Amino acid sequence: MSGRRIRSLLLNAGVAFIALLVLFPLAWMVSVSFMSTGEAATFPPPLLPRTWTLEHYRDLFVTQGMGRYLWNSFALATLATGLALLFTVPAGYAFAKLRFKGRERVFQLLVGALVVPAQIGTLPLFLMLKGMGLVNTYAGALVPWLASIFGLFLVRQYSLSIPDEMLEAARIDGASEGQIFRRVVLPTLQPIIVTLALFVFLGSWNDFLWPLIILTDQSNYTLPVALAALSREHVQDVEMMMAGAVITVAPVLILFLALQRYYIRGMLAGSVKG
Amino acid sequence: MTDVRLNMAKVEAEAAAPPRRRPGTALSRERAAWGFVAPALIAIGVFFAIPVFAALLLSLTDFDIYALADLHNVRFVGLQNYERLFANPLFWGAMKNTGLFAVLGVPLSIAASLAAAVILNARVVKWRPLWRVMFFAPYVTTLVATAVLWNYLLHTRYGVINWAIASVGLPPVDWLGQPENSIPAILMFVVWKIFGYNMLIFLAVLQTVPDDLYEAARIDGAGAWKRFTNVTLPAIAPTLLLVSIISVAGFFQLFAEPYVMTQGGPAQSTVTVLYFMYEEGFKWWNLGSASAVAFVLFICILAVTLVQLAVAKRMGAYE
Repeated sequence: MSGRRIRSLLLNAGVAFIALLVLFPLAWMVSVSFMSTGEAATFPPPLLPRTWTLEHYRDLFVTQGMGRYLWNSFALATLATGLALLFTVPAGYAFAKLRFKGRERVFQLLVGALVVPAQIGTLPLFLMLKGMGLVNTYAGALVPWLASIFGLFLVRQYSLSIPDEMLEAARIDGASEGQIFRRVVLPTLQPIIVTLALFVFLGSWNDFLWPLIILTDQSNYTLPVALAALSREHVQDVEMMMAGAVITVAPVLILFLALQRYYIRGMLAGSVKG
Repeated sequence: MTDVRLNMAKVEAEAAAPPRRRPGTALSRERAAWGFVAPALIAIGVFFAIPVFAALLLSLTDFDIYALADLHNVRFVGLQNYERLFANPLFWGAMKNTGLFAVLGVPLSIAASLAAAVILNARVVKWRPLWRVMFFAPYVTTLVATAVLWNYLLHTRYGVINWAIASVGLPPVDWLGQPENSIPAILMFVVWKIFGYNMLIFLAVLQTVPDDLYEAARIDGAGAWKRFTNVTLPAIAPTLLLVSIISVAGFFQLFAEPYVMTQGGPAQSTVTVLYFMYEEGFKWWNLGSASAVAFVLFICILAVTLVQLAVAKRMGAYE
C-alpha cells in the first residue's frame, strides 16, 4: 500500500515540476512587464516588481503605435476567419454529401496537394499580388486563408456523419439545396465551425512569414511583425518588450482557454484520424 | 461513364426516397453542388496551385531585382540556379543546420511529449484535465512573442536559465552568442512551445490501452519501467513512428525562431533552409534562386512524407 503512496507522490511531483517549467516563462513575462525600466537587467533576476507600473504599456500605446498593430491583427484575424468559413464550409459539406461529376477525382487531387507546403508558392504569390497591386494591403495578407485545404477536409470529415435521410426528407418537403444548407446542415455543423473559426483566428493572429513579406508599410504591421521589428530596435528594453509580448499573447491565450474543448477536439480529429 | 454514375445516383436517391413529388432533379442538384465547391476550388487554384507551379518555372529563371523593375530582364537559365546553389557553402550550411535541428529536435520533443503523456495518464494524478490544457497552452501562443521572451530567459548575464545553472554551481553559458550553443538554446524554446501538441495525441492513444494489460503485467511482477516497455510502447508504436515523421517536416520549416532570436547567427549557425530562402528572396531579391531553394525544401519534405505514407500503409494502424 505504501508503494502505491510513493508512486502517487512521485507522479504528482512530476506533474508539478512540468507545470513549473511550462508556466514559469509566461508568469515571468507578465511580471517583468510591470517592472520599472532596467529592473529586470540585474542579477539575480528579480521575480516580482518592486513597484508595479503600467508605464511600458502606456509607452507602447502612446509612442510605439501599439494600438494600430493591435487593430491590424484583430481586423485581419476576424476577416480571415469570416472568409475562410465562407469558402470552406459549403465546399467541405458538398464534398461529403452532394454528388457531382468528378467529385472523387478532385478530392484525390486535394489529398495529394496536402503534401505541398504552402511556403513553396510564397515567392510567385508575392509577384502575383504585386502585379494586382495588393502588396501592403489587407487583401494581400488575407489571400492565403481563402485557400485552406485543411479546413475543407475538417468540415468534410465532420459532414460525413450527417444522416442522408435528414437531407432527403428536407428535399421531399420541397427545400432547395441552399435552404437545406442554411436550415439543416449549418446547425448540425456548428461545433466544427467553431473549431475551424478558432484555428483560423489563432493561425492568422500568430502568423509571421507571410505578413512579414506582404505588409511592407509600418502602419499595416500585425503584432508579431511589429514585435519582431521592435525587438531589434529595443533589445535593452526588457520590460517594454515583455509588455509587448503580453499584449500579443494574451488575446489568443484567453480565446484558447475559453474555447479549448473545440480546439482540442478538432486537433485530435484532424491529426489522429487525418 | 459519367452517365452511368448519374443514373446510379438517381437510382440510389429514388431507392432512398419514396416516389412522391421530387423537386430537385439530379441536374439542378449537381449545379448546386458546384456552386458550393467552386469558390473554394477557384481560391485553391489561383492562390495555391498556380503559385506552386509558377515556383517551379521561376526557379528556372534568373528573376532578380532588375526583373522586378522590368519583366523584360527575365531570362530562362535552365538548372543554373540549382547548380549555383549546390556549389554554395552557405546553402549547405543551412541544410546542415536544418538537419541538426530535426535530428536533435525530433527525439527531444517526442521524449518530452511522451514523458508528459505517460505521467498525465496515471489515474493517481489530480486535476488531469487542468494540466492537459495548461501543458498545451504554449503551443497556441504567438511564436514571435514567446521567442522574444526566451531571448531574455536565455540572456547570458541576467537570464533566469543561467541563474538556475549558477545555483547548482555551474558556470554561465553564452546560449545565443556561441555557435555550438545556439541550436540547443533554440531547441529548448521550441520543445517548450510544441511538446503539448504531441502530448495530447499520445494521451488520446494511451487512453485506448485497456487497463487489464497493465493489471496483468503487474500481477506478473513487472515494474514500472517493464510495464512501459512491454505494454505502453507496443501500444503506441505506430503513433510514435508517424508522429516522429510528421515532426521532421515541422522542424524542416523553422523560420521565425532564428529570425527573432539570432538573425541566423552567430557565425551562420542558425540559418535554416527557410531562413536562407527568405533572405535570398526578400532581402537580396533573387527570386529565381530563392524559388530553387523552396523546391529543394519541398523535395526533402516530400521524401519524408512518402516514407510516412509507406510506413502508415505497412502499419495499417492509422485509423
